[in-house]
Amino acid sequence: MSTNGGQGQPLVEIRRVKKYFPIRKGVLQREVARVHAVDDVSFAVQEGETLGLVGESGCGKSTLGRTIVRLFEPTAGEIFFRGQAIEELGPRRLRPLRREMQMVFQDPFASLNPRKRVGTIISDPMKIHNLGDKRERKARVEELLETVGLSPEHYNRFPHEFSGGQRQRIGIARALALRPKLVVADEPVSALDVSIQSQMLNLFEDLQSEFKLTYIFIAHDLGVVRHVSDRIAVMYLGKLVEVSPAEELYQRPIMPYTEALLSAVPVPDPDLAASRERIVLEGDVPSPINPPSGCRFHPRCRYATQVCSEVEPPLVDYGGGHLAACHHPLNVDKATLAATGASG
Amino acid sequence: MGERLLDVNDLHVHFATEDGVVRAVDGVSFELERGDVFGIVGESGSGKSVTAMTLMGLTRGVNAHFEGEVMYKGKDLLNISEREFQDYRGAEIGMIFQDPMTSLNPVYRIGDQIVEAIRAHEGVDRRTAQRRAVELLRQVGIPNPESRVDDFPHQFSGGMRQRAMIAIALSCNPDILIADEPTTALDVTIQAQIIELISRLKDDFNSAVILITHDLGVVADIADDIIVMYAGRVVERAATRELFYNPQMPYTWGLLGSIPRLDRPRPERLHSIKGAPPSLINMPPGCKFRPRCPHAFEKCTQEPQLENHVESAAHLDRCWLDTDYKRAHRDATISGGHTEAA
Repeated sequence: MSTNGGQGQPLVEIRRVKKYFPIRKGVLQREVARVHAVDDVSFAVQEGETLGLVGESGCGKSTLGRTIVRLFEPTAGEIFFRGQAIEELGPRRLRPLRREMQMVFQDPFASLNPRKRVGTIISDPMKIHNLGDKRERKARVEELLETVGLSPEHYNRFPHEFSGGQRQRIGIARALALRPKLVVADEPVSALDVSIQSQMLNLFEDLQSEFKLTYIFIAHDLGVVRHVSDRIAVMYLGKLVEVSPAEELYQRPIMPYTEALLSAVPVPDPDLAASRERIVLEGDVPSPINPPSGCRFHPRCRYATQVCSEVEPPLVDYGGGHLAACHHPLNVDKATLAATGASG
Repeated sequence: MGERLLDVNDLHVHFATEDGVVRAVDGVSFELERGDVFGIVGESGSGKSVTAMTLMGLTRGVNAHFEGEVMYKGKDLLNISEREFQDYRGAEIGMIFQDPMTSLNPVYRIGDQIVEAIRAHEGVDRRTAQRRAVELLRQVGIPNPESRVDDFPHQFSGGMRQRAMIAIALSCNPDILIADEPTTALDVTIQAQIIELISRLKDDFNSAVILITHDLGVVADIADDIIVMYAGRVVERAATRELFYNPQMPYTWGLLGSIPRLDRPRPERLHSIKGAPPSLINMPPGCKFRPRCPHAFEKCTQEPQLENHVESAAHLDRCWLDTDYKRAHRDATISGGHTEAA
């Protein structure tokens, strides 16, 4: 079984990664419970591809993104970058690798230091890694500003002088400063107006071809993710529940949660909106402190049966790089079902 | 069609600032009848939120200047005193704000915040108000409302906080519910729940809803009529189906084209509207959208009027292009043929 997108050594591979956050109480701060933010996730990302990572709030996608670049330390599991295990590297050995993996954050208002000028914000990564002298860094910053569609004369301005979309561009320029191979973008367009969103998505695409970037693109909006991704991974409550080539996910969702997510996306077409069957999930996503037994989605699933509350379904390969974890997979013909041994 | 509740006539809201006069709302008119869901669509800086807050009297201040009328049941809300407005706010017109975490007081229990709204307008005792609060939480779909009513906002998820806000807004049976970006901070699955809830409650409470959003997908679902705002003005106004199937304003085409659609094949490149909205202090002369419009021509240096150019008499737009030209170029613009790169 492979969650690998293709042949050859992947750029990034994670195996059985877990990230738990302890909840401590009392005078002695003893651990009384844990938030199972990421709970045994494995996948690989090929160089040059875009893996979309989707799920609702609390599914662990942001935590996973940060754990991959080691902003968080994994509780368990392995992380490979270009074949090298990085989950246990100390700060000194990790530092050169940090140049190759960068992040773009969601909130353009919180992710830029309001007391630093734009030029400093973008050149700081170069300073930290001792790249170039002052003149070279300035030239590079100006080049980056132009690359992301801003003007070199913005060098001396402060973040508050820019709009949300422009600040996001500054964040991208900062991420590109070190010429990374991998960019983990954590909901980079969610906070933007729709017409600015489309500008940014086009920019992401252009930058990817120009700089041969690999993206892990985290979002909760399936429409946005469809546009940028080659493959998409769906997470629910810390677990990977479906992985698929992008288009295939939209045509043939296998896991009922994916079906419900797709159905929830608002469609700007009144007749279509009125006529389609909208699956509205009951309730909220449960707490990752005490996740439901068996399949974590079973309390909200319209197809759930007894086995779903007792046994956690494994990720099964249904062919063509499409994997799903479900006891009652949708859109799978009988022959494939029989071959994979999953129940119908 | 029901009773006419609200008549907004040529509303102007200007704020005097150090840098000049910000013309946040610059001539907006619309009507609202009981049972309607009225959509106001626009992006940041379009004036949609200022319009909504003005209807609630929340923009009054030393540097605010108002023109026009906001007629609610025969009274011009722009001319009543703050004291009088307090009687309207909450009781007659309720508002749901965008970010439930900053709109709910974090140090008061949810129940207390609902009770406060009830007791501000109705002379009931605490016990009765508390019972009403629990009932309201039940109506907005909070499970175990009897125990949840004593929780603090941070103990509720984003979707639940939004529901709590809706409960507060509806607590005094207002005739009008203004929802300002009620789904923007929420996940798609919760968005769907909230939209369905607002629609159902509108019927249950027999009120009207003004839904403000930048998301055209959300209004396609439940709005009856929509105005599109840009730079403080209404640039297009139509019944929902008319707006989506026969849009007349290039800005509307741009908005429709910018949305990644799941029901269509994936385009090579997403349509995007180049540039950014104009400053509301130094507005360009002529049509405010002209600098960003791929179809601008000489006449656009004069500001167009909001007029009817199509068969459906209620469909108004603010554009000089003739309808044949529009028909020829519209689909290409929306589906990405005429893309203007960012």
